Amino acid sequence: MIPSQFEALVAAIPSLLPEGMGFTAYGAGEESDFVRFNHAKVRQSGSVSQGALTLRVIDGRRHATTELGLSADLEIDQQRLASAIGRLLETVACVPEDPHLLLSETVENTHQSDPTPAPDAFAITNSICAAAEGTDFVGIYAGGRQWRAFANHLGQRNWFDSTSFLLDYSLVHSKDKAVKTSIGGKQWSDAQLAASIAQAKVQLEALDRPSRTIPPGSYRAYLTPAAVAEIFELVGYGGFSAQAQQLKVSMLHRLAAGEASLSAAISVTEQTDRGLGPQFTPDGFIKPGAVPLIAEGASASGLISPRSAVEFGLEHNGSDASEFPRALSMSGGDLDATEALERLGTGVWVSNLWYLNHSDKNAARFTGMTRFATFWVEDGKLVAPLDVMRFDATLYDLFGDDLEALTATTELMPSASTYESRSTDFIEVPGALVKALPFTL
Amino acid sequence: MHQALAQRFRDALPTGPDHVSLRLVEIRTQALMVRNDIVQPPSASEDIGILVTVHEAGGQGYAATPDLSSSGIAAAIARARAWAIESARFSLVDTAKLPMPSPSGEWRSPIESRWQDVPVAERIERLRAVCAAAATDERIINREASLLITDTTSLRITSDGGEVFQHNQATGPELSVVAHANGDTQQRSFGGGRGAVRQGGAEVLDFLGFDASPERVTREAITLLEAPDCPTGNMDLVLAPDQMMLQIHESIGHPIELDRILGDERNYAGTSFVTLDMFGTYKYGSDLLNVTFAPDVSTELASYGWDDDGLKAERVTLIENGLLMRPLGGTVSQNRASVDGVANARACSWNRPTMDRMANLNVEPGDSSLDEIIGGIERGVFMHTNTSWSIDDSRNKFQFGCELGQEIVDGKLGRIVKNPNYRGISASFWRNLATVGDRSTMGIFGTPFCGKGEPNQVISVGHASPVCHFAGIDVFGGAA
Repeated sequence: MIPSQFEALVAAIPSLLPEGMGFTAYGAGEESDFVRFNHAKVRQSGSVSQGALTLRVIDGRRHATTELGLSADLEIDQQRLASAIGRLLETVACVPEDPHLLLSETVENTHQSDPTPAPDAFAITNSICAAAEGTDFVGIYAGGRQWRAFANHLGQRNWFDSTSFLLDYSLVHSKDKAVKTSIGGKQWSDAQLAASIAQAKVQLEALDRPSRTIPPGSYRAYLTPAAVAEIFELVGYGGFSAQAQQLKVSMLHRLAAGEASLSAAISVTEQTDRGLGPQFTPDGFIKPGAVPLIAEGASASGLISPRSAVEFGLEHNGSDASEFPRALSMSGGDLDATEALERLGTGVWVSNLWYLNHSDKNAARFTGMTRFATFWVEDGKLVAPLDVMRFDATLYDLFGDDLEALTATTELMPSASTYESRSTDFIEVPGALVKALPFTL
Repeated sequence: MHQALAQRFRDALPTGPDHVSLRLVEIRTQALMVRNDIVQPPSASEDIGILVTVHEAGGQGYAATPDLSSSGIAAAIARARAWAIESARFSLVDTAKLPMPSPSGEWRSPIESRWQDVPVAERIERLRAVCAAAATDERIINREASLLITDTTSLRITSDGGEVFQHNQATGPELSVVAHANGDTQQRSFGGGRGAVRQGGAEVLDFLGFDASPERVTREAITLLEAPDCPTGNMDLVLAPDQMMLQIHESIGHPIELDRILGDERNYAGTSFVTLDMFGTYKYGSDLLNVTFAPDVSTELASYGWDDDGLKAERVTLIENGLLMRPLGGTVSQNRASVDGVANARACSWNRPTMDRMANLNVEPGDSSLDEIIGGIERGVFMHTNTSWSIDDSRNKFQFGCELGQEIVDGKLGRIVKNPNYRGISASFWRNLATVGDRSTMGIFGTPFCGKGEPNQVISVGHASPVCHFAGIDVFGGAA
C-alpha cells in the first residue's frame, strides 16, 4: 500500500454514507518475511502480505466499527467497503448515543515515510545459517515493510511507513540454559550479525560450569535491562491505563491515587518521539512526543484514551483505546553498567525473566520465573549458572526501598511481538541492582 | 466461490513441487459490550485470505496473501516455491520424505440457533439486561456484559486432489464485575476472561445460563470484598473445572506438545521437561489421571474434523492411569520424532503456518461426587476461576491464582476467601491427584487466547474436566 492507493480507497467512503454522517478510517498492513530457525536450520520460512481498514461510521453520537481485510485489488476492496458500510448503517441505527465518544476535530495531517528498501530475506537467511553453523541457534527473523494510515470525513490524512527487521534468537547451551539476544534495525548487516553471534558465544561459555540450585529466600540481585523490561511490560498491561486506574484494577492504582510510591530514581515516560512507530492513533489523534507516566517515583499521569478522557473528566494524551504503552522509556540512574557485577558483590545475576503475572494486583505483587541465563555471583564474579527460580515480589518493594541503583545506560529493545502483525512498539530501560529479590520455589 | 478458487489453484499448479496446499480462511467476528449500562460502540471484523505451502527439493516455503485472483494465487505459489528452494539446503525437515495428508470432506460446528436470526438490537438488549441486573450494590464500581461471536470457514485444497471444508462458530458471553471498598478491589466473572466460550450459536447463552449469572457473580464479588485472605500453608486443594482448564493447559498441554519437545519454541514459548523417551514409560500423574485429546466433544471450543495439515481428527488417550502415552504432535512433528501423535497441526488464520496446538485436551471423569470429595478433606481450599498464571520455561514450576476460594474444614465447605493462589511443580503435582470427580462435576471450558509460535499466533483451545482434589499443595493468599 502506498498513500495514493489508500487515498483512492477512502475517497469512495463519503459517497457511500448518508448526508451528515461522518467516518474515521484506519489502515494497517505489512509485506513481511518470516524465517523460523531451530538447531541452526530453517524450520519454516515464508512471506505474508496483509492489510486491513478499520472503518467507523458516525451518526451524531451513534457509531460502530468494522475491520475489513483488504484484498490488494481496489475494485474488490471498494465492493467490500460498500457492503460493510451497509451493515454498519444497520448497526448504527440500533445503538443509543454514546456519551463517551470523543472525535479528533482538529485536522492535523502528517506524513512519515521511510525510503529504505525491503531487506533481501533470502540472502539474510543464507547469512544467518552460515553464521550460526555449529551452534544450537533457535529463533525468528522478521522483516519487511509496514504501513499505517488514517483518514476522516474532515479531510485529515496521516501516513506512516517503515522498513525494519528484527532477528530475535537464542544460542542454547543445554536444556533451558541459553543466551538470548536480538539485532534489529532498518538495514541488514552481516558484520552486525557476526558480532552479535560472537558476543553470544562468549556469554555462552559462562554456562559451561555446572549449574547450582539455591534454596528459596531473598537474594541481592542485578536485573539486566532485558529482565527489567519484562517487569515493566507486565506493569504496562493495564498498569498505566487511565480506565484501570480509575476502576481500581490497575496494578498501579495505589500509586495513581498517591497512596503508594516507588523509589525517587524511577521515572517512566511514554516516549513516542523516538519515531519507531506512527505518531498518530487509530482514532486520528496526534500523539504527544512524550507523556510522563511516573516522575521520581510518583504517578505523573495515566495513558488516557479519548473515551477515558470523557468518562473520567480527564484530558486525553494520545493513547489508543488499549491504554497500553507503545514506547515506554525509563530513565537511567548513576550505576556504571560495567561495574554492575562488582557492585552486586554476592548474589544473583538475572539475565532474563519470564512469564510474569499478578499474584495480588492490589498490592502490585507479581510472580515470574528466571529464564535462559541466571548466575550465582560471589565477590563480583560469576560462579555458576543457576537453575530456574520463581520469584514473588511487590513493585513497591523491588523498585522502592529495595532498589539500590539503576544503570546510567539504558537499552532500547524493539518489540519482537508478531501477534497478527509485526509490532512497532519498543521499551527502553536500564538495568537494576536490588537489595532483595524474593525467590519462592 | 470455493469451487472457483479451487479451479484457479489447480490451473496455477506448477509441475515441480512434491506437494502444494492452499488453505483459505475467512473469519467474521462481532464484539458487543454494555459497560455500566452504556452500550459500547459495536465492533466487527471480516477477513479472508489464503496461505499456500510448497514442499519442493526437500525444503518448504509458504506465502500468505489476501489476493484470491488467479494472478494472486500464482504469485503466492511462486513465492512459496522460491522459499522452499532457497531454504532447502538449510531445511530442518526433509520434506521429500514427508507424506502430507490429502483428504476430502466436510465438517461443521453444531448450531441450533443461528446468530443471523437474532437482530443486533436484540443481542444488545440481552447484554443491557445482564449488565443492569449486576447493579446490586454500590460497592460494585464496574459492570461489563459482553459477547464475542466468531465465525470461521476454511477450505484446504491440495495438489493431489484433497478438498476439506470446515465451518466453526464460537460464542463467548462474559460478565465481569469489579467490587471496591476500603482500599481493596475484587473481581468476579462469569467465565474468567471468556473461559465459558463454546462452539455453537445463540443457544450457547441459554445453555450456560448467562442471563441468570448476575445474581451469583455480584453476590460473590461482594462476599470476596468482605472475605479474609486465603490461608497459607501446605494443605489439600480442590480445583473447579474453570481452574482445571488452566491447570491442564499449562502443565499438561504445553509440556507434551511435540514441537516444544523438539525445540522449536525454545526462543519464545519455551521448552519442556518432557523428553521423547518418556512416552510409554513416564508416570505423569497418579493412577486416577486420564487425559484425552478429544476433538469430538460437541460444543467444546476446539472440536474439528481435520487439522490444518489435513490429518483426520480422532480421540486419543494421551495419559492413561497416570502413564504418559502419546504427545500432541501433528504430521510434521510425528515424522521428525518418529512417534505417533494426534491431529493438532493448526494455524490461527490464513496469515500464519501450522504448528502443534493442543486443541481440546480433557481430563476424564472419575467416580467421586462433589460431596464425597469435600467430605474426605480435613483442611483445604476449593478454588474457582483462573485469574493469574505463570509457569517456567520447561513447564514445571508454576504459580496460579484464582478469583474465589472457599475453605474446607473437617469435610465441610466453609468461608469464602480472597486472593487464593497456589504453587507447585508439574512433575510432582499430578502425582498428588487424590480424587477425581464424577461426570456430574464436569465442566467444559476453553479460551480463545492461547499464544505461541514464531511468528506469534493466538488460537482457541478447549478443556473439559471434573472437579479434582490434590493432596499436600502449597496454598497462599495476598500480600496485604
